[in-house]
Amino acid sequence: MSAPLIEVTDLGKTYGSVVALRGVTTSVRAGEVTCVLGDNGAGKSTFIKILSGAHQHSEGSYRVDGVEQHMSSPRDALALGIATVYQDLAVVPLMPVWRNFFLGSEPRRGPLRMLDVDLMKRTTRDEMAAMGIDLRDVDQPIGTLSGGERQCVAIARAVHFGARVLILDEPTAALGVKQSGVVLRYIARARERGLGVVFITHNPHHAYPVGDRFLVLRRGQSIADRPKAELTRDELVTLMSGGAELDALEHELERDHPI
Amino acid sequence: MTTAAPARVAPARATTRVLRRPEVGAAVAALAVLLFFTVVADQFLTPSGIGTWLNSASRFGIMAVAVAMLMIGGEFDLSAGAMTGATGLLVGVATTGYGLNVWVAVVLALVVALAIGALNGVLVVRTGLPSFIVTLGTFFVLQGIDLALVKLVYGQVAVQGFSDVPFVESVKPVFGGTLAIGGASISVSVLWFLAVTALATLVLLRTRAGNWVFAVGGAQASARATGVPVARTKIGLFMTTAAAGWLVGMISLFQSSTVQSSTGVGDEFIYIICAVVGGCLLTGGYGSAVGAALGALIYGMTRQGVVYAGWDSNWLYAFLGVMLLAAVLVNNAVRVRAERLR
Repeated sequence: MSAPLIEVTDLGKTYGSVVALRGVTTSVRAGEVTCVLGDNGAGKSTFIKILSGAHQHSEGSYRVDGVEQHMSSPRDALALGIATVYQDLAVVPLMPVWRNFFLGSEPRRGPLRMLDVDLMKRTTRDEMAAMGIDLRDVDQPIGTLSGGERQCVAIARAVHFGARVLILDEPTAALGVKQSGVVLRYIARARERGLGVVFITHNPHHAYPVGDRFLVLRRGQSIADRPKAELTRDELVTLMSGGAELDALEHELERDHPI
Repeated sequence: MTTAAPARVAPARATTRVLRRPEVGAAVAALAVLLFFTVVADQFLTPSGIGTWLNSASRFGIMAVAVAMLMIGGEFDLSAGAMTGATGLLVGVATTGYGLNVWVAVVLALVVALAIGALNGVLVVRTGLPSFIVTLGTFFVLQGIDLALVKLVYGQVAVQGFSDVPFVESVKPVFGGTLAIGGASISVSVLWFLAVTALATLVLLRTRAGNWVFAVGGAQASARATGVPVARTKIGLFMTTAAAGWLVGMISLFQSSTVQSSTGVGDEFIYIICAVVGGCLLTGGYGSAVGAALGALIYGMTRQGVVYAGWDSNWLYAFLGVMLLAAVLVNNAVRVRAERLR
């Protein structure tokens, strides 16, 4: 097993007197997917904000390649190769795919510093192909792609611009079953390309097939951090949905609706 | 490829590719207007007729192209019309009233225009207010200055004796000259119009700045998130519009050798209409310079066509309204079709 790209130990975050996150320990390795699961308000957002450099942790340690880091902005994280793909994806719907792909970092050439359109189109096509999407018409507005395909453009863009660790914030949350499948396939593809992936989701059925390590958060605390070998799908579902609480709920609902 | 590529990403057919361009609707409408007036008015397609409507179209087109870029960037500039009057007045009053060298006055007017454009931009970016309101303010300030200040320091509201100013003849060919091309006398403003349209198209489609213009207008938050300098891009756009206002101001002044305090007031809406007819979305992020130029061509042709057809020139407005609505509808239908068909 390779050395972890990211290693967090007893990570915690307090906002004033509010404890948002406490005692989180996990790791992200190259070629592996670390899934972060939790219900709304479990601390997932706080956790990725720390990982992506948007917030600083107040307890514990956050090491990248074994070196302790205190990032002060997402730019610092990017410089270390940690890229975050947010739910809104930061794309401009009316612009063609290739323009979106390079937005903000457009390659130029020649004495007039014109856009290197051929390179941009070719790179977009190639990078999308590497993600498994055969996008022959890179000229179509990105808004005409499906939600899953748009996710993939955002992921491919992050990879192209040097990401070693991808943080995916609920990439399947707004998608249907089929589109979610598309995105999960690309997560697997990114993993095969040797990237470390942090996959945030509240859906254990999306996490289990693709994940190598599972961090489950509840009310700001880590309740599990296990490799796939030590966890079954059912255990994950139970952990995720609150175990005993769910049993009680099930019991209650059954009594209300006798078959 | 191992994974399924959805059938929807099949390459677009050539026809769809063409139909997807924002200026297609305007091109169809421009052709219709051209044919219509060619049939209705005998003089319309004569060399002198063409020269006249091209000149008319060019003065609106230069502004429409700049305004289109600004609209693609998601903003409006209601002071654009008054700017053409203000810059012309500045040169006219400074030279005839205060004896300033005409070349110096022309450059000074450009500097002032750029400063007002920058002010518009900074106000919009800093306050986060809609540019509609901010530039409405600048519009009225300019209109007030054009009337009150000019009356105060100059004694009247129209520049007189401009053709007697020393060196005017040395500047005139640049802004107000004419070229004889195949029996028609074509204003030099038409060349400016072509140059501005070509330059704007190049900037929009082939430069980093152009990419940023589409991005800030299409999705500002996304643009900012990917590192696009949103404020700089928008301020640049307002300055571009102001500079175009200066160019048109100079063209009007040197063509007619006079300028009035009311020059350009009300034209700002014509520019916006031309841009919209040319395929610009009012919501930003979509449009083209060529489209806006075609929109201005439609306007110029209609304006002169009504005269050539021998109708009461006031019909222009009613006729224009219908033409514009029709053009916008065609434009819209084509765009919707292009977006659905892939």
